[in-house]
Amino acid sequence: MSSFSALVTRDLRLAFRQGGDVANVVAFFALAVILFPFGVGPDPDLLARISAGVLWVTALLAALLSLERLFDADYHDGSLEALSLMPVPLEVQVLAKCAAHWLTTGLPLTIVAPVLALVLHFDAAGYPALIAALLLGTPVLSLIGAIGAALTLGARRAGVLLSLLVLPLYIPVLIFGVAASEAAALGLESRPHLLLLAALFAASLALAPWAAAAALRQALE
Amino acid sequence: MHRFANPTRFMRISAVLLPWCAIAAAVFVAIGLYGALFVAPPDYQQGEAVKIMYVHVPSAWLASLVYAVVALASAVALIWRHPLAHIAAESAAPVGAGFTFVCLVSGSLWGEPMWGTWWVWDARLTSVLVLFFLYLGFIALANAFDDRTRGSRAAAILAIVGVINLPIIKFSVDWWNTLHQKSSVFRMGGPTIATSMLWPLLVMATGFLFFFATLLMLRMRAALLRAKVRALRFGM
Repeated sequence: MSSFSALVTRDLRLAFRQGGDVANVVAFFALAVILFPFGVGPDPDLLARISAGVLWVTALLAALLSLERLFDADYHDGSLEALSLMPVPLEVQVLAKCAAHWLTTGLPLTIVAPVLALVLHFDAAGYPALIAALLLGTPVLSLIGAIGAALTLGARRAGVLLSLLVLPLYIPVLIFGVAASEAAALGLESRPHLLLLAALFAASLALAPWAAAAALRQALE
Repeated sequence: MHRFANPTRFMRISAVLLPWCAIAAAVFVAIGLYGALFVAPPDYQQGEAVKIMYVHVPSAWLASLVYAVVALASAVALIWRHPLAHIAAESAAPVGAGFTFVCLVSGSLWGEPMWGTWWVWDARLTSVLVLFFLYLGFIALANAFDDRTRGSRAAAILAIVGVINLPIIKFSVDWWNTLHQKSSVFRMGGPTIATSMLWPLLVMATGFLFFFATLLMLRMRAALLRAKVRALRFGM
């Protein structure tokens, strides 16, 4: 456990020392959301109608944007090789990386989302469900993204490739995330959608580290 | 199975099987087309347009079947490290993407006269579209590395991740929106489709299957020969 927290702390420290990572993700999220009123017009009813979808799609893209840095720097400066020699299993290290990634993207996105929801006239009744859904859904984005990031290490044009691999796998999170947020805003039951999101979270928590670690191993061979 | 993982033996066996598979594909597709176009009755609602089904449905079946083949070959490649299995997976994937594309295009051509639109965001259509992107991702990842074995292994892991995710995506998309008719051949209590329409469909599907086998062997042989040429030229 102590090595797990040491790994998380290391990644967080790196993220904050280099600076800008968290700010960039949040800025991208805010800007992308703000583009929608320009695109579809300022009509409050229309914006309220599409707000949950807009928030989720842009949150998805913002999370995707920061995935590349998950293993890339460590891979290129050789620290990934050193880390793989640690007595801690690579699967646990992947989990630590995902935790750090979520703390620097998923959590800030969840904190900013309600403010942006306000701008889009998202119905007030939907806020608790929106936040709960984001809290459950964004870790899944980090976990599935870790598989994609590990697979594309050292690939040509890794960034574009990463989005091609990861975005189709993000569809279930998007569907249930939007469904939970919209159901609550319309005064319907959002619990089943939240439970399904939780199931996705549990499944990816159990399975994604294995796949990502396998991908890392063959990248290090 | 391990006996057949030897490339030389594969080349020998496939050389014998290939022409027979090609002939079987041609014969089955010819009979199936005759049955579909001349024997099977036009639908009482859809008229002659229903005959798009004889291309659409087999390609939809093959699209999912080939993905299963790709995933299975990838698993074999990762577990037993047979290079031939990597070649099989990478040779099958573009063919599967082709079937998926044919399924989407024929479905779109069928949808226009029937539903009055080229595309609807229906659950089954959307899952096939996602499947198409999974194929594209596999092909792109396999070719994204300077070191070919690295690309093969990464793509193999992706195929297995994809096969675990496909049912989840399918379920979530079903949940999200369902216009496409339900499956009428594979269902509890037997098919709901008339026999005069069913047999050309099954014959076509068999023809498609042999066509896939022919293409797969042809592509695998080409890949092996390409590797041999590369080895001779660069002395690797």
